[in-house]
Amino acid sequence: MEITMEKTLDQKVVVNTIEAIDTSKPSKIEVKDVNVWYGDFQAIKGIDMEIKPNTVTAFIGPSGCGKSTFLRLFNRMNDYIDSHRMEGKIKINGKNIYKKKVNVEELRKEIGMVFQKPNPFPKSIFENVAYGLKIQGIKDKKFIEERVEKALKQADLWEEVKDKLKKSALALSGGQQQRLCIARTLAVEPSIILMDEPTSALDPISTSKIENLIFELKKKYTIIIVTHNMQQASRISDYTAFFYIGELIEYGKTKKIFTNPEKKRTENYITGRFG
Amino acid sequence: MRKIKEYLIEKLLFSSALITIAVTFGIIGVLGFEAIIFFSEVSILEFFTDTQWTPLFADKHFGILPLLTGTLLTSFIAISVALPIGLSIGIYLSEYAPKSFRKTVKPLLELLAAVPTVVYGFFALIVVTPFLQGFIPNLSGFNSLSAGIVMGIMIIPFISSLSEDALHAVPDALREASFGMGATKLQTAFKVVVPAASSGIIVSIILAISRAIGETMIVAIAAGQQPRFTLDPTVPVETITAYIVQVSLGDVQHGSIEYRTIFAAGITLFVVTFLLNTISYRIRKKYQQRYE
Repeated sequence: MEITMEKTLDQKVVVNTIEAIDTSKPSKIEVKDVNVWYGDFQAIKGIDMEIKPNTVTAFIGPSGCGKSTFLRLFNRMNDYIDSHRMEGKIKINGKNIYKKKVNVEELRKEIGMVFQKPNPFPKSIFENVAYGLKIQGIKDKKFIEERVEKALKQADLWEEVKDKLKKSALALSGGQQQRLCIARTLAVEPSIILMDEPTSALDPISTSKIENLIFELKKKYTIIIVTHNMQQASRISDYTAFFYIGELIEYGKTKKIFTNPEKKRTENYITGRFG
Repeated sequence: MRKIKEYLIEKLLFSSALITIAVTFGIIGVLGFEAIIFFSEVSILEFFTDTQWTPLFADKHFGILPLLTGTLLTSFIAISVALPIGLSIGIYLSEYAPKSFRKTVKPLLELLAAVPTVVYGFFALIVVTPFLQGFIPNLSGFNSLSAGIVMGIMIIPFISSLSEDALHAVPDALREASFGMGATKLQTAFKVVVPAASSGIIVSIILAISRAIGETMIVAIAAGQQPRFTLDPTVPVETITAYIVQVSLGDVQHGSIEYRTIFAAGITLFVVTFLLNTISYRIRKKYQQRYE
């Protein structure tokens, strides 16, 4: 079955081919008419989007198109920017996360984030992974140790670091540091993981390790990844959203976007004609 | 013509640097020279073990310990005051305060270090001591407690300003990582930012201690001039610096053993502050590149 939905108000957004999505599963993330301003500058312009659970969604688009800003809306990381103003609704598992009563700390336990540059704390490898548990007030040593081991295994780092858990995380290589940051996020057991260009600072081998990891993690988590790398988006994602100057130009199955995009602009971007 | 000008300017700059270094070495030289003569008459063992310092009395004792404990006691009180206050200010300014507030308050705090120390000394003597006597009736008019407290206020900006610089230099990526895992501002400040800035904070504390140890006016005015081997903060003591002032102002005969005591005391002070500065320099160098 192939459904093509046209946005009725304006023709900007074309959501195509939502085939093979199990519609009985509740949508993990629903975005309704979201606008973001930095002072007078509008960074996000009226975006609607739905993201299904256990999928990898790639956000692509030229620098400054708003994809990172958009990603950071999901765990309210933009809250710290003074001039930032947001309108619209973002529902995660049915709850609007921008309601006044929302506990932002609780929200972020549910929605982990991996950043562009590996940013381990200047602490030991173990302490890095245990951090999220310790700030929740968990004291049970055995429980923490088990979680740390599990998270490091999930992040495919355990074999490399199991004998030096007490060593500083800063002594690891860049790729290992980034996998450590992923393990740190996983230890809290979120359900959604946001990744902001997680491999842009890494070499090709580390990158492919992280890509394999994302593929594995998809089984248990919903992943949204911002990337500048077209091949990466096409390799790892199920859905791709193309942003341009704050607008969502096209959003749909990755295969479709990369082989037969609806919009000329999307085609120009992914074929490298601009960007 | 232009070349000559460049040449002259270069030489001028070079000689200014040279003069500064020469003066420093000159001072160290004089200190060392006079101290060597002093130690030819008084054994180093006596100097460091005798618990009495009475070079101006008939029964002469040359034990530096009373002066050293006086110095360390006042400095310890000062740092006990300055460390919690200074560090709290630093954390507040770096992690909580709005940018505009930080920009106004930081220079204002640094004014504390610009107040002439003689003013602090009188403040300790005629305000703080009488005030404290309300709580501690047997507090003497000269004591290390009020001198130490006021000295602590004076060195607050050393700690607040330098530790704020260190906290501010911690990359935002670390704060974001912590917030991203559901940490509160307080948790992020104390579990991530302060540990990451610890080397800078330690340097600020060492420099503040070094400043307190070398401070003269406040202790000379408010702490008294009785070299006493004690850790009791309520009685008069004398610090190394206060002793040097006392002897320099008095009519001690030039070239006598009494006169040379100030060089022996001076070089002791110099060694202590030199060690502290070296340690802080080492720490700074060791951790400087961490985030670059």
